[in-house]
Amino acid sequence: MEALEDGVLDGNAIGGMLIEVFGAEMTTAVGICGVCGTRGQVAEMPVYQGRMGSVVRCRVCDNVLMVFVEVRGITCVDLSGLASLS
Amino acid sequence: MEGTAVRRRLTWQTATVGAVIDETSKVRTLSLDVPDWGGHQAGQHLDIALTAEDGYRAERSYSIASAPGEPVAITVERLDDGEVSPYLTQDVQIGDEIEVRGPIGGYFIWDPPVSGDGPLLLAAGGSGVVPLRAILRHRDLVGSSVPVHLLYSVRSQAEVIYRSELDHLNQEADGVNVIYTLTRQQPPGWTGYARRVDQQMMAEVAWPVAPGPLAYVCGPTNFVEAVASDLVALGYPPQRVKTERFGATGTPLLSGLEVV
Amino acid sequence: MSPISRGFHRRHEEAEPAGRVPPGQYVTHDFPVLSAGPTPHTRLTDWTFSIEGGQSPVSWTWQEFQSLPTETVTVDIHCVTRWSKLDTSWKGVSLDMLLGAVSYTAPYVLAFCDGGYTTNLPVADLLGGKAWVAYSYDGSALPAEHGGPARLLVPHLYFWKSAKWVRGLRLRDTNAPGFWETYGYHMYGDPWKEQRYAGD
Repeated sequence: MEALEDGVLDGNAIGGMLIEVFGAEMTTAVGICGVCGTRGQVAEMPVYQGRMGSVVRCRVCDNVLMVFVEVRGITCVDLSGLASLS
Repeated sequence: MEGTAVRRRLTWQTATVGAVIDETSKVRTLSLDVPDWGGHQAGQHLDIALTAEDGYRAERSYSIASAPGEPVAITVERLDDGEVSPYLTQDVQIGDEIEVRGPIGGYFIWDPPVSGDGPLLLAAGGSGVVPLRAILRHRDLVGSSVPVHLLYSVRSQAEVIYRSELDHLNQEADGVNVIYTLTRQQPPGWTGYARRVDQQMMAEVAWPVAPGPLAYVCGPTNFVEAVASDLVALGYPPQRVKTERFGATGTPLLSGLEVV
Repeated sequence: MSPISRGFHRRHEEAEPAGRVPPGQYVTHDFPVLSAGPTPHTRLTDWTFSIEGGQSPVSWTWQEFQSLPTETVTVDIHCVTRWSKLDTSWKGVSLDMLLGAVSYTAPYVLAFCDGGYTTNLPVADLLGGKAWVAYSYDGSALPAEHGGPARLLVPHLYFWKSAKWVRGLRLRDTNAPGFWETYGYHMYGDPWKEQRYAGD
């Protein structure tokens, strides 16, 4: 498992946006990767936070777990990479 | 499983800059008057938004530098090519208005009744010291005697944030030990660490595993990754190592695209 | 109503509309790195570029690719996040050359990349001297964080269409949205019409 690169943050960095989207504090929520089954808290997930959108990936297999894109004030949310989030 | 969902509406509210303290040549702490602030926990952060006269809006995220019960404060490091940090560290004046929302974060929190009384290992890379300082202030205000090691990695002594406060903690013999590693430049006669953190340093600084220590690691991604993996290699259970990765200070929020 | 923060202003002023810079952009002298994932590090011995979906699949190894005729071009690039960088110099193989090796009828492609990124384009926008697979930037080998060993270069569209770490094209009869297009970015992405998002 390689170290994350500089320029990538973690779920803490999108904490405010997650509350807006989900209506709840989400950094302690546990996600399970739909590809490799790794369990982890959102706060510890690598987040590629660019100005095009935020991409949350699996720590182990890099599978895209969540994508958040804001278009004209509305956030598009894709959680399909997760097997579960609770 | 820590999955407690907190039903809360996170709304922007107007805050007024109440005080400014220049910590170093590039770092400033802003104390904020936030009329409807609902309180916060040590380690949390808040989002700020600035709106220009033409409607241009920029949002950033900053760790809260003050303890629960103290006025809300943030500590900002100026990036020379930044957009928000030059404003906050140079232009902003007492009485100016900014928007804030928060507090945010349920993971990177130290709260003795919940966190327990294991010894604390705090590891700061540069401006990653900010939320850890909130933890130290909270520890002091609640009268906790939990022993603490703060390992603070910083380029030079001149760049140490909260230096007099941390030196005071070192002298007080109250169970807090601040260990600096000055990675680029050391003052004459310096006998402390003078290199980037590595496994050997962590072995010397970290609490042994037996007393059930709790670690909080905050700073640039490479720093956090190195320290966290060193601690796990020393036997720290991964769930006892909490991490928060900072970008270039302020980390633009989701949509950096202008709303005009 | 958001309060105005006294004295705050945007860092980058928009460029004068002098014809060279599309609307809503500012000129930068940096080369910002935007990524949706970790930088892949594919070994050149493992690298291939393929075109699928034509009469039969075509593929080049790195060595074969390097021996194709190349072009050196200087172009302006425009990112949807509003920065534009003028007079960037690239070297690569033109898509006219690459698509010329395939017999096909499909009007669209989906470009696919190491790391899983995809983006969609009309074939017509890859032809006529408008697009390259570039492996050299500013006189040196394209660095990994900017898409090396090779990336797509389609400068007349927003730069997210110039897919980093490109490994091939899938010819398609329908215009299927790629990674960012799926989330609401424009299917075509003409910077001169400010086609940033679907519906623009």
